[in-house]
Amino acid sequence: MNEKRKIRLATCSLAGCFGCHMSLLDIDEKLFDLLGMIEFDRTPFTDIKHCGPCDIGIVEGGVSNAENVHVLKEFRKHCKVLVAIGACAITGGVPALRNNIDLWDCFQEVYLYEGGLEGNQIPNDPELPLPFDKVYPVYEVVKVDYFLPGCPPSADTIWKFLTDLIEGREPKLDYEMLRYD
Amino acid sequence: MGAPAMSKTITIDGKNVPFQDGQTIMNAALAAGVYIPHLCHNPQFEPHGSCKLCVVSVNGRNMTSCTMPAAEDMVVANNTPELNSDRKALVQMLFVEGNHICPACEASGNCQLQAAAYYLNMLSPHYTHFYQPRAVDASHPDIFLDLNRCILCELCVRASREVDGKNVFGISGRGIGTRLVVNAASGRLGDTNFAATDKAAHVCPTGTILIKRQGYKIPIGQRTFDHKKISEVQMEPMEPDHE
Repeated sequence: MNEKRKIRLATCSLAGCFGCHMSLLDIDEKLFDLLGMIEFDRTPFTDIKHCGPCDIGIVEGGVSNAENVHVLKEFRKHCKVLVAIGACAITGGVPALRNNIDLWDCFQEVYLYEGGLEGNQIPNDPELPLPFDKVYPVYEVVKVDYFLPGCPPSADTIWKFLTDLIEGREPKLDYEMLRYD
Repeated sequence: MGAPAMSKTITIDGKNVPFQDGQTIMNAALAAGVYIPHLCHNPQFEPHGSCKLCVVSVNGRNMTSCTMPAAEDMVVANNTPELNSDRKALVQMLFVEGNHICPACEASGNCQLQAAAYYLNMLSPHYTHFYQPRAVDASHPDIFLDLNRCILCELCVRASREVDGKNVFGISGRGIGTRLVVNAASGRLGDTNFAATDKAAHVCPTGTILIKRQGYKIPIGQRTFDHKKISEVQMEPMEPDHE
């Protein structure tokens, strides 16, 4: 009875590699401590498909297609505090290497010039989200409250950041925890 | 003549710093172990005054410390929240103007732009990215030139002209169109007499000029700024080469 309400946390990966999620799992046995403080909403760990009202939303990856925008806006709408985690969410990162290449040139290089299983064709199924001309950092699409750089940020860095945030402190990273690589 | 050397002083953040006539605020500070953030300045070369990171408040007026000669009784403010906030904004603008993708850059961990951003606690580039297309020149057998990472500090221009006597690099264009160019009819580095042993190949504060076949010799995590702040490294007697 009257149990203290747990912090509700959602996570997602947009144009990212799930490396930041893997780094979160790398907190290992501290996951038990984390689960004592929070409960997950939408995240690849629960497979919940849509985000409900949350205290914290953590977004990995940049914005490279229309579906990314829908997910990002859903997170912004439902999460009191939105965190951009990792180089891709903060700068576009490695996926943004394509930003200096024309999208059509990219498609031709990937799908037309090299042989595929069923002939060379550019995927055009209506189920596929439309790609953008460039990959954008999440803060260029929605307001972001906190940034946690790194590629990925280490498990210790994520743990320090999350415990600061959950326990009501302004997150603060030591020199060696602030990294862009 | 006859006056005792170093008898004149300025104060930087309340600390007495001695100087000799003709010495800039930056060089007096460096000699006294006071760190003023800087990117385009390297004490081995004539000052350039372009990056503006070293702007300090001198008797209430903002000036670039790398070009301003010290004068008796100057009261200099350096490490203040206001100036550091301006410096962070300058670094953020450099990040969005170029294409600085640290996880994919060989200079990561040795990069002074990155290290200055760490020092100033930059958590995001804040501004809208330009994502300007810029060229990579791999025509030289021993050296890469990646203009995505150039911050126009002109250190390679100065080193090639003043030390190597070759004039391999120059700056062309104005305003947002300003860019580093190679002094060859083709514009390609491979068509110059640039050599990997040149001073100009070892002064780039970012990953714009990289020696080939050296990539990741020192692993990420064991590099210059991975454990030491730029404020410590740049106070060491000789700035280490970029590699």
